[in-house]
Amino acid sequence: MTFQSFRKVTGSYLFIAPAVLLFATFSLYPFLKVFQLSVTDWDGISNSMHYVGLENFKDLWTDNPVFWGSMKNAFYVTFIALTIQNFLALFLALLCDREIKGGNIYRVIFYLPPVLSGIVVGLIWNWIYDGNYGLLNHLLQFIGLGDLQRAWLSDAKTALFSVAVIHMWKGFGWGFVILLAGLQSIPRELYEAAKVDGANTWVVFKNVTVPLMIPVFILVSILTILGTMQIFDIIIATTGGGPGYHTEVPITRIVATMIGSSKFGYACAMGVTFGLILLAISMIQIRVSKMMKQV
Amino acid sequence: MQINHNTPVLDTSRVDFNYERARKNAVSFFVHLFLIFVSVGCLFPLWWAFSSSLKTQETVFKDLSFFPKDPQWSNYYYAWTKADFSGYFLNSLLYTVVVVIGVVIIASMAAYAFSRLQFWGKNFLFLLLISTMMIPIPGSFIALYVLLNKLHLVDTRLGYILPQINGGLALGIFLLKTFFDDLPKEIEDSAAIDGCGRLRTYWYIALPLARPALAVLAIFNILAVWNEYLLAMLVLSSKHLMPLQRGLMVFQGAHITQYPLLMAGIVITVLPVLAVYLVLQKHIIKGITAGAVKG
Repeated sequence: MTFQSFRKVTGSYLFIAPAVLLFATFSLYPFLKVFQLSVTDWDGISNSMHYVGLENFKDLWTDNPVFWGSMKNAFYVTFIALTIQNFLALFLALLCDREIKGGNIYRVIFYLPPVLSGIVVGLIWNWIYDGNYGLLNHLLQFIGLGDLQRAWLSDAKTALFSVAVIHMWKGFGWGFVILLAGLQSIPRELYEAAKVDGANTWVVFKNVTVPLMIPVFILVSILTILGTMQIFDIIIATTGGGPGYHTEVPITRIVATMIGSSKFGYACAMGVTFGLILLAISMIQIRVSKMMKQV
Repeated sequence: MQINHNTPVLDTSRVDFNYERARKNAVSFFVHLFLIFVSVGCLFPLWWAFSSSLKTQETVFKDLSFFPKDPQWSNYYYAWTKADFSGYFLNSLLYTVVVVIGVVIIASMAAYAFSRLQFWGKNFLFLLLISTMMIPIPGSFIALYVLLNKLHLVDTRLGYILPQINGGLALGIFLLKTFFDDLPKEIEDSAAIDGCGRLRTYWYIALPLARPALAVLAIFNILAVWNEYLLAMLVLSSKHLMPLQRGLMVFQGAHITQYPLLMAGIVITVLPVLAVYLVLQKHIIKGITAGAVKG
C-alpha cells in the first residue's frame, strides 16, 4: 500500500469517526447494556450485581399488574389517537384538499400544537382542567352543566380520558399535515376522469382516494402507535401517573422503577419487554400493509 | 304565446344556476365555520395561558376575562429574575445552539463520506446508524444514565449535550446522504482536478450546496432540543444547569398554585418556538411531509 492510498483510506474514516464514536458510545452501548442489565438485580449504585437469569422477566410477566395496567392505559390513549384523532385529521385534510381560501393559514394553526413541548401543553391543560378554578369547570357552570364539574385530572373516572384529550389536541395537527400532503400528491386527472364517468363524491373517495392513500394511512398509524405508546411528557406534567395508577404508562413505570425504587435491572427488563411489544406491533403493521398492497 | 311559454323555462334555468351557486357557497361557509372552530380550539388554550400570565395571584382564580383590564407585565419581570427563568432560558439557548451545530457538522461529514467516498464496511455502518431510527428501545435511557454516571457526566452540561447530538445523527445522516446522492458530482470533480483536497471540497463546495437540507435538519433539531424533557430530568439536578422544560416542572413543583408566574414561564418558553415556527413554517411542513410521503 502506498502512502497516498493509505492516507486516502484513513481520511475516509476521519469523516465518519465523530459520528461512529458518538453512536457507539451513546446508542450502541446503552442498547446492548440494557439487555445485560435486564438479567441482573443491580440497584444502580452498589458494586454488587448478581446474575438472576430471567427472574426479572418472570416477575414482570406473572406478578406485575401495575406495569400491565400502565400498558393498558397506553393502549387506551393510543386507541383514541388512532380513531378519533386520526379521523379528525383525515376529515380536516379532506376539507382543505381543494381550492379553499386561507388553506395555508389553517395548516399553520393546526400544526402549532405539535411543535410545542409535552410539558408546556400538559401544564396549560392542567390549569384548564383545574378542579377549583379551571376554565373547563367555569365553562360548564356557564352553560348550565354545573353538575359535571370535577377535578378532571384527579378524578379516577375522568383522568385517563382527560389525558387522552390533551394528547389528541397536541397530535391531530401532525396527522393532518401528513394526510393532506398525501391527498395533494394524488393526480387531479384521476378525480376529473372519475367525475366524467359520473361518479359521485363518495364513490370517488372510496375508489380513488382511499386505495391511493393506503400507504400514507399505514405510515400515520404506525407512527401514531409508536409515538403514543411512549407518551411521557404530558403525563408527567399533568397527573404524574395518578390518581392511584390510573394514568400510569410504561415509560412512567420504567422511570419510577429506576429512580423511585432503584431497581435498575428490573427497569431494564421492563424496557426490553416494552421494546419487544412495540417492535411486534410495527412488524404486524408492516406485514398487514404488504398484504394490502398485493391485493 | 311563445314568449309566455319561454319565460318559465328561462326562469327555472336561472333558479337552477342560483341553486348550484348557493349550495356551493353554503358548503364553503360550513367548511370554513368548522375549520375556524377547530382553529379556535387550537389557539384558545395558548391565549388562555397568555391572559392568565397577566393576572395577579388573586384575580387569576376569579377573573375570566380574555383581555385582563390591568395587565400585570411585572409577572414577566418576576418570572425572569426571581423565578430563575432567565437562567433556564440561557441554558436552553446554549444547549440548542451547541447541539444543532454539533449535529449539522458531524452528520454532514458522515453523510458526505457515505455518499461520496469509498471505504471498507461502508454499507454495514450506514445501515447500523440508520437502524436506530427504526428500532424502538424505550429502556435505553436507563443504560444511558448508567454510562453517563460512569463517565462522570451526570449533572454536567456535556452529559446533556452529547447524547442529544447523537440523537440527531441518524435522521441527519439519512437526510443529508439522500441530498448528496441527488447532487451532481461534476462540481466536486472539477474542484478535485484543481487540487482541492477532500476535506476542503466537503467544506467549501458540498456543504454550501447542501444549505436547504441543512436548514431542515437544523430546524428539526432546534425544536427537538428546545422541547426535550426526559433526558434533562434524568441527567440534570442542579438548578443552574437546567433548561426551560425542566425549569417549568421545578417551578410547578415548588409553587403549585402560582399560576400567573407559571403561565409567564410558559409564555417565555413558547415564544422562541413560536417565532421559529412562524418564520420557518413552510420549511418545517415541507420537511415533515417530504420525509413521510417519500418513506
